[in-house]
Amino acid sequence: MTEEAAPPLELRGISKSFGGVAALRDVDFVLRRGEIHGLVGENGAGKSTLMKIIAGLHGQYDGRMAIDGRPVHFRSPREALAAGIGMVHQELSVVPDLTVAENVYLGQQPTRGGIVDWRAMVDGARRHLADLGIDVDPRARMGSLAIGLQQLIELARVLFSGARIVILDEPTSALSPPEVQRLFEVLRGVRASGRSIVFISHFLDDVLAISDTVTIFRNGRLIATEAAGAIDKGWLIQRMIGRGHEELEGSYIGAIALDSRADAPVVLGVHGLAAGRAFADVSLDVRAGEVLGIYGFMGCGLIELARTLFGKLRADAGTMSVGGKSLRPRSTAEACRAGIAFVPESRRSMLFYGEPVYKNMSISVLGRIGRMLLRPSVEKDIARRHVQSLSIRPPTVETLLGSLSGGNQQKVALAKWLTWPPKVLVLSEPTRGMDVGAKEDVVRIVKGLRDQGMGVVVLSTEPETVLSLADRIVVMKKGRIVHEFAGQTVSKDQLLEAA
Amino acid sequence: MTAMAVFLRNQMRIIAPFATLIVLVAFFSLTSRSFASLDNAANILTQISVTGIIAVGLTFVILCAEIDLSVAAIANVTGIAVAYFTLQEGYVNIANVPLPGFAAILLALLGCFMLGVVNAAGITLIGIPSFIMTLAMMQIGAGICALLVRGQIAYAVPDLVSLLGAGRVMGIPYLVLVAAAFLLAGHLVLTYTRFGRYVYMVGGNREAAEYAGVNVKLVLGTVIVISAMCSGVAGMLGVAHFGSAQQNEFDGYLLDAIAAVVVGGTSLFGGRGGIGNTIIGLLILGVLNNGLDHIQIDSFLKILIRGLILLAALIINVYVQKVRDSA
Ligand SMILES: Nc1ncnc2c1ncn2[C@@H]1O[C@H](COP(=O)(O)OP(=O)(O)OP(=O)(O)O)[C@@H](O)[C@H]1O
Ligand SMILES: [Mg+2]
Repeated sequence: MTEEAAPPLELRGISKSFGGVAALRDVDFVLRRGEIHGLVGENGAGKSTLMKIIAGLHGQYDGRMAIDGRPVHFRSPREALAAGIGMVHQELSVVPDLTVAENVYLGQQPTRGGIVDWRAMVDGARRHLADLGIDVDPRARMGSLAIGLQQLIELARVLFSGARIVILDEPTSALSPPEVQRLFEVLRGVRASGRSIVFISHFLDDVLAISDTVTIFRNGRLIATEAAGAIDKGWLIQRMIGRGHEELEGSYIGAIALDSRADAPVVLGVHGLAAGRAFADVSLDVRAGEVLGIYGFMGCGLIELARTLFGKLRADAGTMSVGGKSLRPRSTAEACRAGIAFVPESRRSMLFYGEPVYKNMSISVLGRIGRMLLRPSVEKDIARRHVQSLSIRPPTVETLLGSLSGGNQQKVALAKWLTWPPKVLVLSEPTRGMDVGAKEDVVRIVKGLRDQGMGVVVLSTEPETVLSLADRIVVMKKGRIVHEFAGQTVSKDQLLEAA
Repeated sequence: MTAMAVFLRNQMRIIAPFATLIVLVAFFSLTSRSFASLDNAANILTQISVTGIIAVGLTFVILCAEIDLSVAAIANVTGIAVAYFTLQEGYVNIANVPLPGFAAILLALLGCFMLGVVNAAGITLIGIPSFIMTLAMMQIGAGICALLVRGQIAYAVPDLVSLLGAGRVMGIPYLVLVAAAFLLAGHLVLTYTRFGRYVYMVGGNREAAEYAGVNVKLVLGTVIVISAMCSGVAGMLGVAHFGSAQQNEFDGYLLDAIAAVVVGGTSLFGGRGGIGNTIIGLLILGVLNNGLDHIQIDSFLKILIRGLILLAALIINVYVQKVRDSA
């Protein structure tokens, strides 16, 4: 009888610190049966840390946890999984070298007579993915798929493993709007089956749309828990960062007036660029002092285009020029020398987790700090400036990058290029994983760079990101540019429609 | 956790191999009367010098998460080459090409440089995994050696080489000094130069280095050439040290050099470790090889014991690094 009354998950007085720095302070958290519980808070507020405790990744903490009223203390993800807790991490944890089917069945492959039953696995995976509305060949290699798709598949795996409590740490950050809707459909289905979901996101609209209950974290403390129906976005922002939100609101709702700078010189010219099956016939002009936004759904060729501009992928056709000089980058180093800088969307592939913050920031500019020899004191001074201007927390440059929260890591990645501004800055998903305040910081920084005369290209699958940053917007669809918005007002709906 | 504990945990990569070394030294000092002497210490240093020079280059390669299996073969080629271009005694039956000493040395160095360049081109331009490319080079090196000496043995090397390989100054073998100079230079480059930082970053996360605009291929190519050059110098001095140049002379040095780097605590996955680790790894290996000769056990058993102790040292390292990386 008490079984019935006990919530599936209950945490009391949870505290956790890393090397003397408190990440969570005395948190009480209750998850009810069949509810979607939204979790919001600034970068570094402690959301992921709490979830990692629940999922058994942090075995050492103070406080009590109970599942269905039974006290538990997980020391490994395996134990948590056995108790019915599954987590989709902020950083993807799929195995890129295995097939989709193997990833779905990870750790529980069907066997026949002791050997893996491939057919059953591929069929099962196909059916399961189709149920979730995910259309992908189960035999495809995971690493060859777009990040957003990988994320959906990881979610599919967690659901498939029979988890009764599903934790999603920023699941929508790589998804296009239709995919978000599809994800929501899946989540509603999961909820209907009586399972409970924790949903972490910086997209407050998403959180309000899908959640039954919303909890706000700030600085390691749980600030408030409210029914989603009773609150609005402004209220959330107020609680999260405790400052006015009018300006933020402005850039996310309403239509944006674009002002073009047709008279400035072209810093990046692209003509008829094509690469494999990813994109073709892409022509762009980016002028000095302009932010060009490129918007498109996931898989439309944005990611490949960004990599081609930076010389990571080779173009098959077309020409490029930087500052009037033609360029065919065969390596990233060459593109870099020509004055192009790039921040990719995946943190994993741009940061050094085992190295301190300052080395992560100085890596791109070491050649400018000293010819042959390193000058660590200069490196640290530069890094300290960035840490301060980007309000990276904790505010020390010696911290190992791996111990920063996701959003703060993203800021470090951007900071890399701010010391000696390049001619052209290419940003792929620059605000992914950032809280509202940090997004505003990015907008401020990017506009600052633009005003110094840099040409900026922002590629994103988030309409808000493009709208809040760009002076001119082109829309990409299936590898081609299909529309351009310039010198007019444009709204999110118009943008979505064009894609 | 206190600052001290954090510091200790961060230094585990060096502390654990160091403790292993201390234990080995203590053990052999207690069990053998002849082990703990100044003379023997000098012996050990001399014994690890050739390996040490090779290990410097290999440390660069392993820090980049690559491997070079051709170090011993390149050492052998270079050693034989320098003898090949030196006037041999009449009884040496090799159709060689005698040249002045400096020319012989330059040609030998050019030879190992070229082999390194071939390795580097195969790995970076064609994209052959370093394991495979250098495995092939190991065979190619053996082939070149065979062609040059045709089963014979050469003895004479240029004066400078025999001085550095076999001479002494104030009782200290030049060989030890050369090895020390190489280790020091390697350490300085890795710690204080931009290139050294790139080596660590490329080993730490190659993709991220590329996205930061680092010329990853250039860095990889350079470490491979550095490794070949170190091997070449080790090969020339080794020939002088042993007093002869012949086929298969350096075969044991491949595993010794890899073992020294890895036992010292440099990660095979790249990005962590350094010359400090390699020095400790060299000493562990040297003490182990030398110490076993000082105690009374079946000499056939020694080989097995050596293997087991190396395994134990590796296990300790891996375990300690896990402790460090978790939490
Ligand atoms: N392994 C770790 N070692 C040291 N500090 C850590 C570690 N993991 C997290 N922290 C610190 O704990 C705090 C909370 O981090 P957490 O990842 O929970 O934030 P978050 O709310 O998920 O933020 P974000 O929205 O940026 O992902 C941060 O200050 C972070 O630097
Ligand atoms: Mg997080």
